[in-house]
Amino acid sequence: MDLTTIWFLLIAVLFTGYFILEGFDFGVGMLLPVLGRDDRERRVLINTIGPVWDGNEVWLITAGGAMFAAFPEWYATLFSGFYLPLLLILLALIGRGVAFEYRHKRPEASWKRRWDAAIVVGSLLPAFLWGVAFANILRGVPLDAEHEYVGGLFDLLHPYALLGGATTLALFVTHGAVFIALKTTGDIRERAGALAVRLGVGAAVLAVGFLTWTLSIRSSAAAVVLAVGAALALLGGLAAARVRREGWAFTGTAVAIGLAVATLFAALFPNVLPSTLDAAGTLTATNAASTPYTLKIMTWVAVIFTPVVLAYQGWTYWVFRKRIGVANIPQH
Amino acid sequence: MDALDVARWQFGVTTVYHFLFVPLTIGLSVLVAILQTMWHRTGNERYLKLTKFYGKLFLINFAMGVVTGIVQEFQFGMNWSDYSRFVGDIFGAPLAIEALVAFFLESTFIGLWIFGWDRLPKRAHLASIWAAAIGTNLSAYFILAANSFMQNPVGYRINPDSGRAELTDFPAVLTNKVALITFPHTLAGSFLVAGSLVAAVGLWHVIRNRDSTDTGAYRFAAKFGSWVVLVASAAVLFTGDIQGKIMTEVQPMKMAAAEGLYTTESPASFSVLTVGSLDGSREVFALKIPYLLSYLGTGDPNGTVHGINDLQAQYATQYGAGSYTPIIPVTYWSFRFMIAFGMAAAAIALLVLWSQRKGRTPSSKWLLRAGLVMPVLPLLANSFGWIFTEMGRQPWIVFGEMLTRNGVSRSVSLAEVLTSFTAFTLIYATLAVIEVKLLLRYARAGVPDVSETPPSDDTDDAERPLAFAY
Repeated sequence: MDLTTIWFLLIAVLFTGYFILEGFDFGVGMLLPVLGRDDRERRVLINTIGPVWDGNEVWLITAGGAMFAAFPEWYATLFSGFYLPLLLILLALIGRGVAFEYRHKRPEASWKRRWDAAIVVGSLLPAFLWGVAFANILRGVPLDAEHEYVGGLFDLLHPYALLGGATTLALFVTHGAVFIALKTTGDIRERAGALAVRLGVGAAVLAVGFLTWTLSIRSSAAAVVLAVGAALALLGGLAAARVRREGWAFTGTAVAIGLAVATLFAALFPNVLPSTLDAAGTLTATNAASTPYTLKIMTWVAVIFTPVVLAYQGWTYWVFRKRIGVANIPQH
Repeated sequence: MDALDVARWQFGVTTVYHFLFVPLTIGLSVLVAILQTMWHRTGNERYLKLTKFYGKLFLINFAMGVVTGIVQEFQFGMNWSDYSRFVGDIFGAPLAIEALVAFFLESTFIGLWIFGWDRLPKRAHLASIWAAAIGTNLSAYFILAANSFMQNPVGYRINPDSGRAELTDFPAVLTNKVALITFPHTLAGSFLVAGSLVAAVGLWHVIRNRDSTDTGAYRFAAKFGSWVVLVASAAVLFTGDIQGKIMTEVQPMKMAAAEGLYTTESPASFSVLTVGSLDGSREVFALKIPYLLSYLGTGDPNGTVHGINDLQAQYATQYGAGSYTPIIPVTYWSFRFMIAFGMAAAAIALLVLWSQRKGRTPSSKWLLRAGLVMPVLPLLANSFGWIFTEMGRQPWIVFGEMLTRNGVSRSVSLAEVLTSFTAFTLIYATLAVIEVKLLLRYARAGVPDVSETPPSDDTDDAERPLAFAY
C-alpha cells in the first residue's frame, strides 16, 4: 500500500474516532435541557463527559493537523472553501468548551442558564454542520483548475448536504442518549434509555436515506458493505437499547457512526475533494499529497505514538467507568 | 482595506489573544505540579491548599487557551490557504505531531487531574499533572519549530515544477537554531507570567488578609512566585541575548528594525530612546549607549550591524524591486516595550521579596498596587515580543521565500473575512471580561478548606459525592 493511501486511511480513522467520541459529547450537550430537569440533573449530564470531552476534541485537532501535513492542498482548499460553516463550528466549539469549565464557577441561575445555552447551541451547530461539510466533500464542490473553491455559501446548502447535517445531528443525539443511559443511575438513566429508542428510529430513517443517496452519487463495493454494516449496527444498537442492554446499545451506535463515516471515505477514495466543474480541479489522494519523505516521517510518528495515545485515553475511560447520579453531585 | 489587511489583523488579534492564556498554561502547569509534589513529599497541608487554589486559577485560564488554540490551527487553511499550500509539506508536520504527541497528552491528563482527586491513587494523580505540564511544554516546542521555519527556513528545497517548498531534512527543521533558542526564551517568558501571578495573588492576601490562618501559605506563595520571576527574568535575558545574535545573523533586517538603525554602523550603539523622522534622515532626540548594539548583535563591541537602508538596497537587488522593510515604529517600540515590561515585573518581584525579608509583613499600599499590575506586565511583554518578532519578519510570511500578501486565501472574500474578524473580536472581548472577573473572584476567595477527612479507599460508596464536579 502506498503512503498516500495509508494517510488517506489515517485521516479517515481520525475523523471516525472524532465523530464516535465527540459525537456523544455533542449528544449530551444537545440533550442538556431535555434530560436535565433541574440544575443537579444537568450537572450529572455534564459530568458524564467532564473528564473526557477535551481529550475527545483533540481528535479533531489531530485530524486537522494530519490533513495539513499529509494533504496540504486538501486542507487549504477545504478550509478556505468552507469558510463560513467552519467559522460557525469554531465559534460553537469556543462557547461550548468555555461553558463546561465556567458554568459552575458562579452560583447565579442566570449565569448557568447562559452557559447552558452555549453548551446546547455549541453542540447542536457542529453536530449539524459536520454532516453538511462531509456531504459536500463527498458530492464535490465547484473547484477551478487550480483547486480553488469558486462557489459561495449557498452552493454548500443543497438538499443532500442538509440531509447529511440532519443525519449526523440525529445520530449524535441518539448516541448521546445511549451514552447517558450507560453512564448514569436512577431516573435520568431510565428517561435517557427510553428517549434513545425514540430518537434512534428517526436517526435510522435519516441514516438509511442519506447513505443510500450517498451511494447513488459515488460508490464502491467497500462502501456498500460498510453502509449495510452501519445500518445493521444502528438497528442492533436500538434493539439493545429497547431491552436496556446499555453497553451493547452504546457499542451499536458507536459502530454505526464509525461505519457511516467509513462509508463516506470509502466512497470518496481515491478522491479527497471532487470538483463539480472541471475534472482537472478534482483533488485526489495523489495530487493533494505531501512528498513521500514527509509522509514517511509522519507515518513513523503515527506508528509510534498512536498506540500510546489510545492506551492512555482508554485508561481514562476505565478510570471514570463508574455511573454517576444526582447523589454524586456535591451540594456546592 | 482589502481582504489581506483584515486577514492580517485577524491573525494578529487572535494570535496575541491566544498567547495571553498560553504562557500562563505553560508556566502555571509546572508551578502547580511543583506545589503538588511538595505536598506529596512533605505532607504539609499548606501546599495542598496552594495546589488546589492555583490549580483552580490555572483551569479557568486553561479552558481559554484550548478553545482559542483550535482557531489557530484552522486559520492557516481558512485565511492563508496559499501559504498552506506553499509550506504544507514542511509546516504541517510539526503541527500534526504537536497534536498527536503533546496536545493529546495535555488534554487527556488534565481531565484525569481535574476529576481524579478521589479516583486515582495519589501518585498517579500527581503524575497526571506532570504529564499535562510536560504535554503543554512539548506542545510549545513543536509550535515554535513551525514558527521558526517562517523566520529562518531550513531543511527544505523549492520544487521547480510546483513552486512549493518541500521538506528535505526534518531533523534540521526541529533543530533550527531559531527554534532552539526561541523555545527556552518563550518558556522563560511564560514562567515570568506564571510566577508573577502566583506572587501577586499571594502578596494581595498577605497585605489584605492579615489575620487569615493561611497567612503562612500566602507568604510562601508570594516568595515562591517572586523567586520564579527572578530566575525566569535572568533566563529571559540570557536567551534573549543569544536570540539577538542569531537574529542579527539570519534576519538582519529585523535587528535593524528593532533598533531603528538606518545606516550600517561599526561599532553600533544601542538606542535607549530615539525620536526622529521615520526615514532616519534626522534625529530629534537620542539616548544611546555606545558599542552595546554591536555587542548584542555580534558579540563583538566593534562588530558591524547592518542598517535598514543598506539591507533594503541589498534585498531589492536579491528579490526584485519592492519594500523589504517592516513598519519601523512598530518594531522599534514593541521591542522596547517587551524588554521594559518584562524587567518591570522582575523589579516588583525584588520588592516583594525585600518587603518580606526576615519575616516582615508588608503593608505598603504602594506595594499592593504594584502587586496588582505585576501579572499584567509580563503578559504585555509576551504580547509585544510576538508582535515584534512577527511584524519584524514582514513583508515576508516565510523569510526570503514567500511574501505575506501572496499567502492569503484567494477564494475568501472581504465580506467573509470581515465577518470572521468581527465575530472573533466580539466573542474574544466578551470572554476576556468574563475570564478576568472569574480569575479575580477566585483569587480573592483565597485558598480552600481541605480539612474534611478524605473518604477511605476501601468504601465503595456509590452515593459519595464526587471530589470535583463541573
